[in-house]
Amino acid sequence: MAAALTLNQSTIGKKAIMAVTGIVLYGFVIVHMIGNLKIFEGPKGFNEYSHFLRVVGEPALPAGTILWVIRIVLLVSVVLHVRAAIQLTLLDNAGRPIAYKKVQRKQASFASLTLRWGGMAIFFFVIFHLLHFTVGSALPGYIEGEPYHNVVSAFSNQIWAAPVYLLAVAALGTHLYHGVWSAMQTLGLNTRRTEKLFRGLAVASGIGLFAGFATVPIVVLLGILQ
Amino acid sequence: MKITVNVWRQKGAQASGRLVKYQVDHVSPDMSFLEMLDILNQQLIAKNEEPVAFDHDCREGICGSCGVMINGLAHGGRLATTTCQLHMRSFKDGDVITVEPWRAKAFPVLKDLIVDRGAFDRIIQSGGYISAATGSAPEANSTPIPKENADLAFDAAQCIGCGACVAACPNASAMLFTAAKVSHLGLLPQGQPERKSRVFNMVATMDAAGFGGCTNIGECSAACPKEIGLHFIGRLNRDLLSATLSGGTTAD
Repeated sequence: MAAALTLNQSTIGKKAIMAVTGIVLYGFVIVHMIGNLKIFEGPKGFNEYSHFLRVVGEPALPAGTILWVIRIVLLVSVVLHVRAAIQLTLLDNAGRPIAYKKVQRKQASFASLTLRWGGMAIFFFVIFHLLHFTVGSALPGYIEGEPYHNVVSAFSNQIWAAPVYLLAVAALGTHLYHGVWSAMQTLGLNTRRTEKLFRGLAVASGIGLFAGFATVPIVVLLGILQ
Repeated sequence: MKITVNVWRQKGAQASGRLVKYQVDHVSPDMSFLEMLDILNQQLIAKNEEPVAFDHDCREGICGSCGVMINGLAHGGRLATTTCQLHMRSFKDGDVITVEPWRAKAFPVLKDLIVDRGAFDRIIQSGGYISAATGSAPEANSTPIPKENADLAFDAAQCIGCGACVAACPNASAMLFTAAKVSHLGLLPQGQPERKSRVFNMVATMDAAGFGGCTNIGECSAACPKEIGLHFIGRLNRDLLSATLSGGTTAD
């Protein structure tokens, strides 16, 4: 633990904190996406799954224990991830006080150059998303404990909702397209032998999570789910 | 060939600089980029103007002295090529070429295209060495080294410290340079005694010099005239994190 605290003192250590918390959040979005697809089981299955997440662990554990442990782990991860991102961005920007008059890139990808912008977009989207589906204050017509109704009514009644969600999950997909590989590289887990594996994992994660998350608003818009 | 160059002119470290446009006639496609700058300087000297200051030494692509941003690309962006080995046949008659010094907080401009790369020297001083017994040279084969490690160490050791990695990095990070220097000793048996302190101290010096951090974008490796791979940055990260987690927490 004492050793882990010294990580914060170097740029590589800060990036390691960013990578570990990023992997926690990456694991969360995978589970979240699979959970979303349970909407195809219909109102009963989806609502039961949602209820299960709130009561899992009971009665062995006090009410809401597992839910709150997960929420706290995620919140701490977000805080540490964003904190490291801000600190590193400031250091990186300070690294070149005088810009080039002319810049060309040979290797950088859209995903790697927009990582910070995508991260900011995801951050603000998550706040909106929590107000929308967890707190229920973002849009009218929210019914506590009726997630199937809430999802379908949001995307079919609000013309702007689906585009906002699609843009947000596109930002997430782009973030992971670079971020998953970058996390492995930062943690020193990537070698010449694993290079293709982790690049492939990152590309598959970015595209797969975008497709998985985009499915629900699209099928609601198409009227397949009502 | 006729070439127009927009060159960064700056009288000294404290002066403010600007791009100045010059026309260079009679450029042969066989000239190197530095020889084209020599022609420009001859013109300037003949007109009693101050010649453009730029670093150069061996002009064989092995010393690491030369290096400028050419149209926004370190060393001109040609694969595995230093500025001195870049030939004017890479350009067309009538081209306008922008020439700027490396830009990084840790590499302050001294004059025109010359920057102070002392930060690299400080990184080397803080750990780029091994402790070796003095006396007669030991028998070469008495220390067996796996072929793969020897090859990798040599790949890393090819770094000439030109600074193109820093110049090309969007964050002005020195991770590829530091990774190459940490790896080339860390891969060999002779480098093991100081392996932990080396990585701590070199990374601490790198951070203190004001370089930015690595975002794994890969511009450094793409710009490197010695084609040093990004996997060395993974190795540097692995060395630093394992040294940290194994308790070697102080930079001695």
